Amino acid sequence: MENLKKILEEKTTDLNNDAINWPDSGGHFGNYGGCYVPEILMHPLEELTTAYQKAQKDPEFINELKHLLKAYVGRPTPLFLAQRLTEYIGGAKIYLKREDLNHTGAHKINNALGQILLARRMGKKRIIAETGAGQHGVATATVCALMNTQCRVYMGTEDMRRQSLNVFRMRLLGAEVVGVDAGSRTLKDAINEALRDWVTNINTTYYLLGSALGPHPYPQMVRDFQAIIGQEARAQILELEGSLPNLLIACVGGGSNAIGLFSEFLKDSNVEMVGVEAGGRGKELGEHAARFHFAGGGRPGVLQGTFSYVLQDLDGQIAATHSISAGLDYPAIGPEHAYLHDSERVSYVTASDNEALEAFQLLAKLEGILPALESSHAVAYAIKAAARLSKNQVVVVNLSGRGDKDVHTVADVLGVEL
Amino acid sequence: MNRIAKKFQALNKTERKALIPYITAGDPDLAATEALILKMAECGADIIELGVPFSDPMADGPVIQRATERALTKGTKLIDILDLVSRVRKVSQVPIVLFSYFNPLLQFGLEKLAKKAAEVGIDGVLVTDLSPEEAGNFLSILCRYNLDMIFLLAPTSSDERIAKVTKLARGFIYAVSRTGITGIQQTLSDTVVELVLRIRKHSNLPIAVGFGISSREQVKEVCCYADGAIVGSRIVAEIEACKDQTQLLEKIGSLIQELASD
Repeated sequence: MENLKKILEEKTTDLNNDAINWPDSGGHFGNYGGCYVPEILMHPLEELTTAYQKAQKDPEFINELKHLLKAYVGRPTPLFLAQRLTEYIGGAKIYLKREDLNHTGAHKINNALGQILLARRMGKKRIIAETGAGQHGVATATVCALMNTQCRVYMGTEDMRRQSLNVFRMRLLGAEVVGVDAGSRTLKDAINEALRDWVTNINTTYYLLGSALGPHPYPQMVRDFQAIIGQEARAQILELEGSLPNLLIACVGGGSNAIGLFSEFLKDSNVEMVGVEAGGRGKELGEHAARFHFAGGGRPGVLQGTFSYVLQDLDGQIAATHSISAGLDYPAIGPEHAYLHDSERVSYVTASDNEALEAFQLLAKLEGILPALESSHAVAYAIKAAARLSKNQVVVVNLSGRGDKDVHTVADVLGVEL
Repeated sequence: MNRIAKKFQALNKTERKALIPYITAGDPDLAATEALILKMAECGADIIELGVPFSDPMADGPVIQRATERALTKGTKLIDILDLVSRVRKVSQVPIVLFSYFNPLLQFGLEKLAKKAAEVGIDGVLVTDLSPEEAGNFLSILCRYNLDMIFLLAPTSSDERIAKVTKLARGFIYAVSRTGITGIQQTLSDTVVELVLRIRKHSNLPIAVGFGISSREQVKEVCCYADGAIVGSRIVAEIEACKDQTQLLEKIGSLIQELASD
């Protein structure tokens, strides 16, 4: 407790600043974010920042990305009124932002496409990526196939076991999938290994990071590429309802689908936002992935290039995490979420493994949609929240991915042999 | 003048160069680490880099990753490492640089760490993942306690970065021999010579070269153009390979003697 106070004192913030102007030129969101990396990576990150800033202003880059998002990914994705779920709960109207309908089945492709175009502009011939649930790995393998680029994906061996379907998909797409057997054998360890590859092959290689994490400029760049989710949702809800939603809900692992939905609404002070972390199977450190859960070991710290909330022990060693969904099974949260948490613009709650599992089944039966186990956490909280709201209020849930990849996991937990 | 500056001054007078071994504290255990520091100093180590184990050593290769895991399995804590240094100081004045990732230091409390480090007799701190851009606060704390912050420069560092970093650096500058992670390599690249020359244009501080240096020949080669050589993975690999604990000191001692010999 005393340590936390000290850390926050040493890094005092003015949280009243306008959130939507973040990050600063050093990649800080308030005190969070920044660039905590070995010197070897500083120059490549500066190059990446410059290349990204130029691309953002280049109509050719913007138009090609727009074209591919439409023609290849299938955007815009629908904003779907979940009528039966709404009636079943009997509270607020629930809309689903159908990112699961994107090509490759999740929001990850939005970012992968933006970054591969950037990598091509930078003349990088080799792409590396990390993946947890496999959705970012699949998205990266997909865009690499499209752009005829060499691709290597690092994946924890525990995640490879949980998501064997996605491992095979990546290989079919021509990517090399490298298992990482260190630490907890999950997303965190895959990122360590990808970073080691990057520092070793810096001249030829582009690191296509999949979430709003890591050193600057990744949290900003990934947010910007995912902001299309919120831009579309805002226009769609205004057309459908004639007013802004009361509540936005998204699951938060690293936090890219959530920040993609939220960023466009941050200036709308009447729109409430909730990020849902993985509550796992218990409150003790190691049993969940709830970074904002102080009693559970979440405190500000530095991991993998950024200052944010991190699950750790008292000595600053990074803790093991647990979630039924590989995509939320990560000990740190994107730095912009840390800022939004402290400034109280966004609330963060948890949904347990069991709640997610129930939501998964409920959405399947009521709406004919199998959500990813990650997105099921958002659905689980939406069920609770909608019940407390009145019928004339509106909730938008980011359905960040589809659940086909999770069918084996769900069958396992339900004791069904396939 | 602190122990690091004194050491380089003394080396300079006799036209010698510094041998700087790295070991991970707590590998195989803290008692061994204490004995190893004294043995290495006795056998020709000029400065000791003492590694603080961290669960996610993203800049390290497999050898140091495994050492870190062994140390953490033994329950090695930063406070115990600091206490160890105070015991070493009763018998040896070998300069000691604490080598760490940022998070364990941050969670300990930066002010508390600096105070304690100065008390026990640590001379400098090198933080692998603390870029000069983020180092401001910690740097000013270390300055107040007269501790050196050692910075790394790499072949990828631009001249602008070199100019910026050399203004902040104290003690010595750690020149990284190549891009990549820590580990043993057969031949050193030419880029490091160029890097050392580029740094020299901006700074009069001693320059030590590290990453991949594993043999007496490589130490000698580096010392032709730099002020010292840092040897890490080779020593840590030797500690790992030594199955008979009673032989450990002797083995590492003779390795240091070999690396230090002219």
